[in-house]
Amino acid sequence: MSTLSYRGINETVAAVTGERQRVVDGPLRIAKLDRRQFMKLTGLVGGGLMLSFTLPRAAAASGPLQPNGYVRIDADGITLLAKNPEIGQGVKTSLPMIVAEELDAAWDDVTVVQSPIDSATYGMQFAGGSMSIPMNWAALRQAGATARAMLVGAAAKQLGVPAEELSTMDSHVVHKGSGRKLAYTALAADAAEMPVPEAASLTLKSTGDFRLLGKRITGVDNEALVRGEALFGIDVSVPGMKYAVYQKCPAIGGKAKSANLAEIKAMPGVHDAFILDGNDNAMDLLPGVAIIADSTWAAIRAKRALTVEWDETDASKDSWSAAVAEAERLRGEAGERVVDEGDVDAAFESAAERVSGYYTYHFVSHAQLEPQNTTASFADGALEIWAPTQTPDWGMDAVARATGIDKSKITLHQMRCGGGFGRRLYNDFMCEAAAITQRAGVPVKLQWTREDDMAYDLYRAGGFHQLEGSVDAEGKVTGWRDHFITFANDGRPVSGGALGQGVFPNGLVENVRFEQTPLDWKNRCAAWRAPGANVFGFVVQSFLHELAAAAGRDHLEVLLEVFGEPRWLVPDNPGTLNTERAANVVKLAAEKAGWGRNMPDGRALGLAFYFSHMGHIAEVADVSVDADKKIKVHKVTVAADVGPIVNLSGAENQMQGSVVDGLSTMMGLSVTFENGRVQQSNFDKYPLLRMAATPKVDVHFVDSDFSPTGLGEPALPPLAPAVCNAIYSATGHRIRTLPISEEGYTV
Amino acid sequence: MASLRVNVNGEVREVDASDPATPLLWVLRDELGLVGTKFGCGISQCGACTVLLDGNPVKSCSFPVSGVGDSTVTTIEGLAGSAGELNPVQQAWVDLDVAQCGYCQSGQIMAAEALLRSNPDPDDAAIDAAMAGNLCRCGTYVRIREGVKTAAASMKEGRT
Ligand code: FES
Ligand code: FES
Repeated sequence: MSTLSYRGINETVAAVTGERQRVVDGPLRIAKLDRRQFMKLTGLVGGGLMLSFTLPRAAAASGPLQPNGYVRIDADGITLLAKNPEIGQGVKTSLPMIVAEELDAAWDDVTVVQSPIDSATYGMQFAGGSMSIPMNWAALRQAGATARAMLVGAAAKQLGVPAEELSTMDSHVVHKGSGRKLAYTALAADAAEMPVPEAASLTLKSTGDFRLLGKRITGVDNEALVRGEALFGIDVSVPGMKYAVYQKCPAIGGKAKSANLAEIKAMPGVHDAFILDGNDNAMDLLPGVAIIADSTWAAIRAKRALTVEWDETDASKDSWSAAVAEAERLRGEAGERVVDEGDVDAAFESAAERVSGYYTYHFVSHAQLEPQNTTASFADGALEIWAPTQTPDWGMDAVARATGIDKSKITLHQMRCGGGFGRRLYNDFMCEAAAITQRAGVPVKLQWTREDDMAYDLYRAGGFHQLEGSVDAEGKVTGWRDHFITFANDGRPVSGGALGQGVFPNGLVENVRFEQTPLDWKNRCAAWRAPGANVFGFVVQSFLHELAAAAGRDHLEVLLEVFGEPRWLVPDNPGTLNTERAANVVKLAAEKAGWGRNMPDGRALGLAFYFSHMGHIAEVADVSVDADKKIKVHKVTVAADVGPIVNLSGAENQMQGSVVDGLSTMMGLSVTFENGRVQQSNFDKYPLLRMAATPKVDVHFVDSDFSPTGLGEPALPPLAPAVCNAIYSATGHRIRTLPISEEGYTV
Repeated sequence: MASLRVNVNGEVREVDASDPATPLLWVLRDELGLVGTKFGCGISQCGACTVLLDGNPVKSCSFPVSGVGDSTVTTIEGLAGSAGELNPVQQAWVDLDVAQCGYCQSGQIMAAEALLRSNPDPDDAAIDAAMAGNLCRCGTYVRIREGVKTAAASMKEGRT
């Protein structure tokens, strides 16, 4: 029996984050507001970290104005609730800003708190797929406008004037005629008695009337952050809490047969040690050995002294070097056809120029800076969890599967996440903490070490692409074939491991064929910032440059020609690429970067575009290369069309961060496997970019009227091809492997 | 229980010394409840655990508590003034919205603080060198560099 399954969440996550085919199949999935859900009153969460977070729900009777889960106004102030996990993408600030805009609350008057996890009130609460803004835009505007209408209604009553004579500004209702002004806080009690208006009766602002959106707003947690206050999962402390660590088999799928438990339990500060069998679902609870101690250090020290006998019968034997050899063998063959448009063979036969290239990239790790952790307390049949997760609700499902505790008996407190990048879409660490407290009967904080994080990540898979392309006598791109040798967990292609209709240049080049051959893989793979796009961007935008070069044409000109006539690739589907938006950002980035200007020897501009997560993004990298293949990225010019900007500071931060993340990953990051074991254990072997190598980043947003979309991911994919294209233009050397340190480049 | 006295943020605290090799990081976090100092790698690579020892930056994950001796330890919780006002580095970080996830930022702020105490007017090269031990996985380096400069400028203003 093959013991490990990879049930559940991969599918769910792919569906919700839109990784599978959202871009071509049917209309965009924007959550519809259920009016009953919307009106349901919700309690507030607050209080210090040392206390239980479970506070009684606020009474629904007179008192605060609380028409929905997002707004609460009383005499003391205006509180807005942020529904989704904060992982560094800024949603704890940007989502409440949308409410505040329609509410006409002065931002300085607003206190933001993290909302409870409550799908009946909030619908899906998660951080993934750059979906927070597009999925919540409409509902949050409505939430703010609803409260505003009730405040205006209360003011009309108090002042004895028709509501039409009233306006709102800076947390006040204003009667222009008489100059009278009433504060929201003073109106709240009366407003709470007003009927909740029908959604259809609300008037939302036009974008031109926005006062707050588009401004630079500093993050709502920033002051607490710079004071070092407890915000993150790792900072949680509950009464009676012990500290736990959990050792899993170095090759995933191995089971703990026995361990030196007596010796471990006799160590100073150790409270308990035991073996857990796991639940046979690789995404939930892997088998391992738990150690519970009086401090994190005592637990780590004991873990170092732990010796475990593993049964590796069903354990991973994954080998990167074997996969490389297998892909080399397969690349000359045909794969399963997943997209086949036009007649690629005919296009190749009639080509003026044919080009082929073999592109490869390594596995990488999420390496979010806060190692995984969860605090959990099981008592009287109920489980309370404090976790830095991207998917709190699905996390509770996973915990229920792993422990047998009914979901109705589980309470989860959302903690700020020290980075996510997709890793915390999966909640194996949460399952471990739950199973350990369930068995031990004491509250525990489970702490992974960095070595645990590197060894038990759900990796961004590596891949291999055999590409062929053609241009005709006019230098026009006519044919494109990509045979993708990819990886599959449990028989299904991993996240980012499948080509589909939405992958460039399908729909843009007449004759396109995508073929696929998956290699079986046991180590877990999953979504990593901009899944699929983060590597396809490199492959296809580099190869397009190869075709332009083969035709002797300017890259910019060819790219614009490929976009062609203005259109949505799927008519009227705003989830798909729009060629006009694409052309606009490419032209803007080129213009701002000074495309076409003369550059000194060894220095050049490189261009790339990618569409992902509904974002149209172009980047131009200004790069110089010396004789020792040391590169310097002087500047990256970014142009983006993601609709109206919610928080300009947060939006630019995501662009800057995506550029740095993209550069960091393409320069020197890789994870390799032999005999099922990950070969890198910590940051000394996984060299994230440091400050000195950081380029200037020049960000430009297209002022567009499309519905706003997310920015956590789409600026990453164009970075690597822009830099590699610049290196080609500077040196004539085409890079077809990531990270580029594999080809001797340093930064 | 063997104990040790350490001076943290101006207060003398009694801490467990039964294992003198215990990294200062875990004493601060688990024993003293000063959780602003973060754990990222445990091997002196990321700087999330940076604190000041007599004003110099130290990676507390790799510094044994027994090594503190008579030195004074300053953590992120010890930077604000007596009335709770943010110091210039903290204020610059808020004003420029430096953080993304924010997890590295305690360490970044402590490294920047140490730099500005020894070099009130650092150029880019000095900033890059002083901040080289601190990783930011979210890639906020552009703003950290700005933050150091902004803090330097406001400290200069404060002095004149
Ligand atoms: S935790 Fe100390 S340097 Fe990373
Ligand atoms: S802000 Fe996330 S690691 Fe620096």
